[in-house]
Amino acid sequence: MELKELIEQKLKENFSSENFVFSEYRGELTLTLDKKNIVKVSSMLKENPDLQFKLCEDITAVDWAKRKDRFTVVYHIYSLKLNSRLVLKANVDEEECNIDSVSSVWKTANWHERETYDMYGIKFNNHPDLRRMYMPEEFEYHPLRKDFPLMGIPGSLPLPKK
Amino acid sequence: MPKLNKDEVHPKILETLLADTDISIEDALENEMVLNMGPQHPATHGVLRLLLRLDGETVMSCVPELGYLHRGYEKLAENMSYYEFIPHTDRLDYLSPMANNVAWALAVEKLAGIEAPPRAQYIRMIITELARIASHLVAIGALAMDVGAMTVFLWTFREREKILDVWDILCGARFTNSYTRIGGVANDAQPEAIAKVKWFIDQYEENLDECERLLNTNRIFIERLDGVGIINGEDAIDMGLTGPSLRGSGVEFDLRRAQPYLFYNEVDFKVITYPDGDSLARYFVRADETRESIKIIRQALEKMPQGEILLNQPKKVLPKKAEIYSKMEELIHDFMIVNFGINPPVGDIYHAVENPKGELGFYLVSKGEGNPWKCKIRSPSMVNLQSIPRLVKGRMVSDVVAIIGSLDPVMGEADK
Amino acid sequence: MGLEAKLNDNGIITTTVDALIEWSRKNSVWPMPMGISCCGIEMMAAAAPRYDIARFGSEVMRFTPRQCDLMIVAGTVTYKMSHVVRKIYDQMPDPKWVIAMGACTSSGGMYRSYSVVQGIDQFLPVDIYLAGCPPRPDNLLNALIQIQDKISRTKARDFQDQPLPELTVIQNN
Repeated sequence: MELKELIEQKLKENFSSENFVFSEYRGELTLTLDKKNIVKVSSMLKENPDLQFKLCEDITAVDWAKRKDRFTVVYHIYSLKLNSRLVLKANVDEEECNIDSVSSVWKTANWHERETYDMYGIKFNNHPDLRRMYMPEEFEYHPLRKDFPLMGIPGSLPLPKK
Repeated sequence: MPKLNKDEVHPKILETLLADTDISIEDALENEMVLNMGPQHPATHGVLRLLLRLDGETVMSCVPELGYLHRGYEKLAENMSYYEFIPHTDRLDYLSPMANNVAWALAVEKLAGIEAPPRAQYIRMIITELARIASHLVAIGALAMDVGAMTVFLWTFREREKILDVWDILCGARFTNSYTRIGGVANDAQPEAIAKVKWFIDQYEENLDECERLLNTNRIFIERLDGVGIINGEDAIDMGLTGPSLRGSGVEFDLRRAQPYLFYNEVDFKVITYPDGDSLARYFVRADETRESIKIIRQALEKMPQGEILLNQPKKVLPKKAEIYSKMEELIHDFMIVNFGINPPVGDIYHAVENPKGELGFYLVSKGEGNPWKCKIRSPSMVNLQSIPRLVKGRMVSDVVAIIGSLDPVMGEADK
Repeated sequence: MGLEAKLNDNGIITTTVDALIEWSRKNSVWPMPMGISCCGIEMMAAAAPRYDIARFGSEVMRFTPRQCDLMIVAGTVTYKMSHVVRKIYDQMPDPKWVIAMGACTSSGGMYRSYSVVQGIDQFLPVDIYLAGCPPRPDNLLNALIQIQDKISRTKARDFQDQPLPELTVIQNN
């Protein structure tokens, strides 16, 4: 059975009330869902014996720089059994800049979510250890947002004296 | 390694370090301390900071801190075109620069919907496998040096110099060469370079055997690495490990087999796995993978056809230099591509290749302009480093060095 | 340093002592490798058998700052790392020299971004700037020879006892 039909069938069985949007581009299947369903859908995708999406390759976010739904959190997951990749997308608003953490489903999501928090400022609820990843803890800005300049803000990072 | 007191460690890190107590040691003495294996250390393979909480000599918990080499690659990628980013990809995993170039070129070609001609693909396969051998040689040499065998380090660097000579003839730079282009490679492989590659692969196996004779039956080496840093297959997949570290735990997952790119589905090679899951298994995986790479290079050299090395698509691929200087349309296309970029269609892709360290992936979002709207680099070393707190728990301080050496992280990639 | 620096006049005895000391100092320059990124690999290649740095007197690359006199900063220095580099430079005993290896240390290199220091001479005194990205190992050997020339032109009275820089004191409670 094709991957798209298989996933659609499983989603209908378990979450018949929710709304999912599928799209396909250059051979990659993308599933857009609501941000409150992310933990339920992820654990279903991981635990279901026909799907087994056990490897979480990447978690990141895209900043669209517009007022509504400014960020999209993107998850790339891979199933060794079916030998195929799936992309999950969830939109996050700037006002309510938080989303549930999937580190209870995949342990590797811990550091990916910390990096997304460091770079974009999106908070992850129920994350075991949400600290900054690359920038020092005292840094106040989030570098990958579109309103942060490339050369940085002078004085934001201290330098030792000569 | 100086002893720290509570004020010198950032409070959030201290909290994490003290909270992680799910091992207990009977009759614990009152000498727990926090030790800083600082960013500048001979054995941390670059600028990695490890904060260890020790009870005597046993590690109770460990918190790695990254970011000492964070150069802002993802922000730089949003401000320059796809061509201008090629030299930056060299410096990601700086031990195997050609492999990163190939990965970036494949990702951008997937986004733009073009494909390089066959000869260019075979050349890319050969240089990726040479980069794999070069990277594994440094990994073996550095691991041996950390454990105490200094001679092996000098021998593997001698072999590596021969590969750097090949790259010097091929494209002019021995290291951090930006050899691939979108749509092919920069220039054709000279007959001199191909002869040197043939000579190298003929004499490589004996030299590798020489290094292995020093290590494989050496009691000190085996006792330092056997049973150290064990992780089983299921946990490894859950922690996101990829590459030789995953294959050393018995999981047979190689992107060259699972999602073939270039011409890997036409050459015959084995995917090396060892079931033990400890540092010794990871070392064996790396040594045997170099032998498989030699087989792949030999087959690729036989199968390589003659032909073009740059795709003939003027709107997306830079035209040849001789034609730019003599014809009008090529001049205009060159001007447009250099100044305004290649303008791929709107969309986003993720493309991953099997780098020597693991799975290197590029997630590119394009809005139709010359610069990417977003570029995320999924670096294998950062994800491999995430498993360090779990691997060192309960071991001694000197095992930490062996475990880092067997995971083989490169901080240029982990910190982006 | 020490006795010969206290002798202030340029008598015949001091110039011979001067010549002896600077000859021995320049032929045993022990580098402290601050190998941070890609230039660090070329520095390791300079220590490898083909471009042997040991034949110039730099027999060992000691990783402890207390035993070195030359610091080779190889690799991009970020703001977070600059404090560490400065701390290690302060721990080295006098006389000491610094080579800024590569484009990233000389001027920030190809990284014009928010987290890279645009040149380490903003917080360290540098003696030789090496160009290249990364510079070839023979270029590093050239820089080492120029440092040796620089040492041969110094005199003992250049290293009078200087007041120590302010170091933070760590309390052991």
